[in-house]
Parts: sequence; C-alpha cells; structure tokens
Amino acid sequence: MNTTTLEQPRTGTWDGGNEPFKASYGKLMMWFFLLSDTFTFAAFLTTYGFIRHSHHAFTGSHDTFKFSVDYWPVPDKVFNAFPGLHGMDLPLAFVALMTMILILSSVTMVLAVEAGHRMDQKDVQKWLLWTILFGSCFIGSQVWEWTHFIHGTEAGMTLVDGTKIFGANLVQNQYGPPLFADLFFFITGFHGTHVLSGIVLLIIIFINTVNGTYQRRGHYEMVEKVGLYWHFVDLVWVFVFTFFYLV
Amino acid sequence: MASHSHHDTHHEPGVIPPAQTKAIWRTFFILCALTAVEFAFAFAMDPGMLRNSIFIILTIFKAFFIVAEFMHLKHETKSLIWTILIPTALLVWLLIALIAEGTSVGDYIFTYFK
Repeated sequence: MNTTTLEQPRTGTWDGGNEPFKASYGKLMMWFFLLSDTFTFAAFLTTYGFIRHSHHAFTGSHDTFKFSVDYWPVPDKVFNAFPGLHGMDLPLAFVALMTMILILSSVTMVLAVEAGHRMDQKDVQKWLLWTILFGSCFIGSQVWEWTHFIHGTEAGMTLVDGTKIFGANLVQNQYGPPLFADLFFFITGFHGTHVLSGIVLLIIIFINTVNGTYQRRGHYEMVEKVGLYWHFVDLVWVFVFTFFYLV
Repeated sequence: MASHSHHDTHHEPGVIPPAQTKAIWRTFFILCALTAVEFAFAFAMDPGMLRNSIFIILTIFKAFFIVAEFMHLKHETKSLIWTILIPTALLVWLLIALIAEGTSVGDYIFTYFK
C-alpha cells in the first residue's frame, strides 16, 4: 500500500469531498441546531399566545388598569420598574435597555468574527471580551428583573377573601392569572439559560484565542460558529421582547 | 463567500489588513433605531390591533437585519436560505392557528363552565 495516496485530499462526490450548500460542516450543523432551537422557542411563544387568548383580555381604559386574576395583565403595567428609580412608572424602559445591551453584544460579536477573517488575534480577543461583558450585563439585568418580579410591588393584590399577595411564583401571581407568571419564568428563563451557555462558549473560545489555537489552525471558524449561536440568542430576544413585553 | 473562513488567509503573512466595519455599525444603528421606535409606540399609543401590527412588522424588520447581516445568511447559497426559511415560515401558521384555537377554548370555558 502506498502511503502517499492516503494523504491526498478526498474530492469525489461520495468521498466526503463536497460541501453541501457551500458551507462548512460545522457551520451547517450549527444552522440546523439553531433551526431546531427555533422550534423550541416558537413552541414557547405559541403556548403563550394560546394561553393568553384563552383568558379574558382587559377591556377598560389603559389608565384604570388594576391587577386581577380575572383577565390577562397588560405587560407595560407589569414591567414598569427601573433599578434605582423606585416607585416611578417607567413602562418597559428597563427591558428596552436590556434589548439595547444584547444588540450591542451582537455587534461586538460580529466585529470579533470580522477580526477573525483578517487573522487579527489582538482584535478578536478585544471584541470577544466586550461580548462577554455585554452578555454578563444582560444576565445581571435579568437577575434584577426576576428579583423584582418575584418580590412584587408594595400594593400587591387583594384577593376576594381579603388576603393580600405580593409578587409571583409558580403557583400565585399578584399581576394576574398564575399562568402569566409561569410563562414569564419559562420563556425568559429558557432564554437566559441560552445566554448563560453562550457566555460559557465565549469564555472557552476567548481562552483558545489567547492561547493562539486558532492562529495555528489557520482560521477562526470556531468564532464564527459561536457567533451564529450568539446572534440567534439575540434574535430570540427580539421576538420575546415583542410577543411577551410589547404586544 | 459562503465558506470564506477557509480561504481568507491568502494575504501576506504578518500583515493584518485594516478592519471593514462600516456595514456592521450601519446595521447596529438600524436595529437601535427600530427598538427606539417600538419603545416610543409603547409609550405614546394605547394598546390595540394597530399598535400590535406595528410592533410585529418592526420585529420582522429587526429579525431580517440580524439574520441577513449578522448571521450572514444573505450571503449564503439560495438552497441554504430556503432550508432555514421554509420551516420557520410554517411556524407562523402554527402560531396563528393556535391563537385562534386558544380564543375558542377560552369562549367554551367562559360560556359553559362559569
């Protein structure tokens, strides 16, 4: 057996020599994984739509809204708090800020991928660090949001028997029907888990970049693949922002 | 362009070309502006069918910019673009169908059980 033939690159169609869709194996598989993840998040948001529409909607004037288990709450009356500005009515301001932070982290991720194309190790390191920072900011904001949601407002909600409940958990909810709180925890929690996994992946590729692994490999495709995942997390948030907070 | 990661190393070794970031920042400003517009509508307009439609249209625009530019899908092959878009489009149908179903389930609950 001639050993040199083994080192020839395989180029035949049935020989592993072709690239379907002209995309590398890793990137293609990342796209398919993201498609399957889209199904999961779509299932969550569809469930939200189904459950919301099987409840009564609040029909009164927007200014007279009060928390009640009888109808689905208006989101901008629930999410109107901002850290450090206690007692002020700032509908959705904090969520809008979180959205901006996540979009910014997406931009620094694209810049890291772009630096990778130029084989610029220093720039890749810099932009990956910024992405990790903004991602962590987002997670921190979500922790604040959850804490506020769980502890509730000072007024709370008075039930029919006169008892008062404050905040929300999986079985009771001062903002409306308990299912509203359940969906909040599941949807934003599942998204937050994705952000957290993204940060872990970013830290791993940051360490590899610092060690020069990709420089020696000759390409920064791993940064691109993690980049695809990171943008997807941003994309999901855009939909969560609309369908959970705005609509 | 699709598998550029393998082929972009043909410049001179040791020389790093300058960054091309104009398109990236342009996309960023579009996304920020769209979010700001959504936020302004949430502030200025009372909830309703019209406001929701505005939100959904702006969301689709934002999603387009993220997927096409940041995720680079616009520059992939046609077949890959359709492979991603067709299953996703079917999800819109699922969403609309189950929202209608939810309304109907709600009507039954409030008509017959309360």
